[in-house]
Amino acid sequence: MRRTEVRLSGEGGQGIILAGIILAEAAAIYDGANAVQSQSYGPESRGGASKAEVIIADGEIDYPKVERPDVLLAMNQEAYDKYAPSLKDDGIIVIDSTNVTAGGTPSFQASHVRGGPITGLARDLGREIVANIVALGFLCAVTGVVSRESLEKAVLARVPKGTEDLNRRALAAGFSAAQAEASRV
Amino acid sequence: MSAVPEPTSAATGRSRLLQGNEACAEGAIAAGCRFFAGYPITPSTEIAELMSEMLPRHGGRFIQMEDEIASMAAVIGASLGGAKAMTATSGPGFSLKQENLGFAAFTEIPCVIVDAQRGGPSSGLPTAPAQGDVMQARWGTHGDHPAVAFCPSTVSEVFELTVKAFNTAEALRTPVILLMDEVVAHMREKVALPSPGEVRVVDRPRPSVPPGEYIAYGPPPGAPAGDDAYVPEMADFGTGYRYHVTGLTHGKNGLPIGPGPEAEFLVRRLSRKVEKAAPQLELNRNELVDDAEYLVVSYGGAARSALRAVRLAREMGVAAGLFRPTTIWPFPFQAVASLAAKVKGILVVELNLGQLSLEVERAAAGHCPVQQYGRVGGELMRPSEVLDALLRLTGRKV
Repeated sequence: MRRTEVRLSGEGGQGIILAGIILAEAAAIYDGANAVQSQSYGPESRGGASKAEVIIADGEIDYPKVERPDVLLAMNQEAYDKYAPSLKDDGIIVIDSTNVTAGGTPSFQASHVRGGPITGLARDLGREIVANIVALGFLCAVTGVVSRESLEKAVLARVPKGTEDLNRRALAAGFSAAQAEASRV
Repeated sequence: MSAVPEPTSAATGRSRLLQGNEACAEGAIAAGCRFFAGYPITPSTEIAELMSEMLPRHGGRFIQMEDEIASMAAVIGASLGGAKAMTATSGPGFSLKQENLGFAAFTEIPCVIVDAQRGGPSSGLPTAPAQGDVMQARWGTHGDHPAVAFCPSTVSEVFELTVKAFNTAEALRTPVILLMDEVVAHMREKVALPSPGEVRVVDRPRPSVPPGEYIAYGPPPGAPAGDDAYVPEMADFGTGYRYHVTGLTHGKNGLPIGPGPEAEFLVRRLSRKVEKAAPQLELNRNELVDDAEYLVVSYGGAARSALRAVRLAREMGVAAGLFRPTTIWPFPFQAVASLAAKVKGILVVELNLGQLSLEVERAAAGHCPVQQYGRVGGELMRPSEVLDALLRLTGRKV
């Protein structure tokens, strides 16, 4: 059975948990796979560590938590330093290069790290709050864990009314940044 | 309360990614719950949030009370008034509800109490899972009393067991506890909820006699002579049936009585009515048990880890199986006893320092060794930990 473990990490307020829900819905509802989503967070509404986990499989998911991620999103340095060592040998780390400097952990190859200025791109769109959607676009383009069409449907179904266009642009910005980065690698 | 002929919710009838707490609220509405009183607490808060939104749309009432004690009292009042009623809380609030929970058990008032367990004791770890309230669900309120508690492991089971909790509460006229944990309460899974017509709904037995002939705690008309486990018919307050409700030991007319055979009969009848229904309430979702030499007993969120460990053990050639009770109270004593006579050892996996394991030991009665593997630091145990504990039980070197 195919089982893909995704961990999204950063700090409270970055929309990490919403990103996890959207990714799981893209997989489970729009791609027709099975998915489980869980999270851990502190009692704060902003700040503090935030983590969302999504497991995507084509069959039953027994243990609902991530042990060693196939895909890791690190939206701040603390999350990168904490979770990078847990990555599977052939896993991929996506970093928000606005906030994160890769390296310092010798246990994995730099080729596993893919990064773009996710928060910077969100600021360019005028709203830093959409950084989580930029990140999902980037992550989807780099890893293909869900289809782009499904991800877009899932984003539009979850975001507040009136923000659809902004979020569509955020998703596209993430995709473009990933493609630009890929052509440099 | 007016009946609103709209579908239970937009969530039914198709696949959705749903949180355990959301599935609980959906199940409550589908079962006919029309009253919720609560004092929101993590990790159960989403249930209160959703009920506050859904109940008014279904002709029901939501009220946020000043604390958990008052919420439980309001639930009892609403149920006496004829509404199916629920509250939801976590460990700290569950402690506070115990006194009124005992009142509901003794006065035979149907209601559903959800406890989404978090790390304890005391305020503990609000956002982290535990299963430390298992014995509290059984013996948290004083005195000999019946207890019914269901433990879901998946989001779709949360829906199913919430409906079952209401149906059981109504049929037996007793409080029923839905004992969730943070893992299941906060986890989102893909589920396809049944449409409203597909959900079997049970209502409490209401009087079949006019007010003048009604005996509030007497046997229902047609009960066999000498029935010592009957469920009395229940009149809605305000419908002309006048009767007395008291937490004092009471006679068939509801008025207080002193020590003696009538008191003995009442306390025994309450336990018997639940014991008699136990075979219908029992529901064990087992995996790989038929040829198992080693049995893992687990429930709720912990069972997700235990199931993976059992499968890993099978890959290593260990004939392991999972016994997963969804009804933990009444405890499936006979089922565990007969398995204990067949297997070489039992491992109980739970997020506490040994609670349901005590019942497993009693049922096993020395037929095989029983060990417990628990965690109390707010983290769901990993499958590899369970596997190691299981291998130690088999005598293999880990």
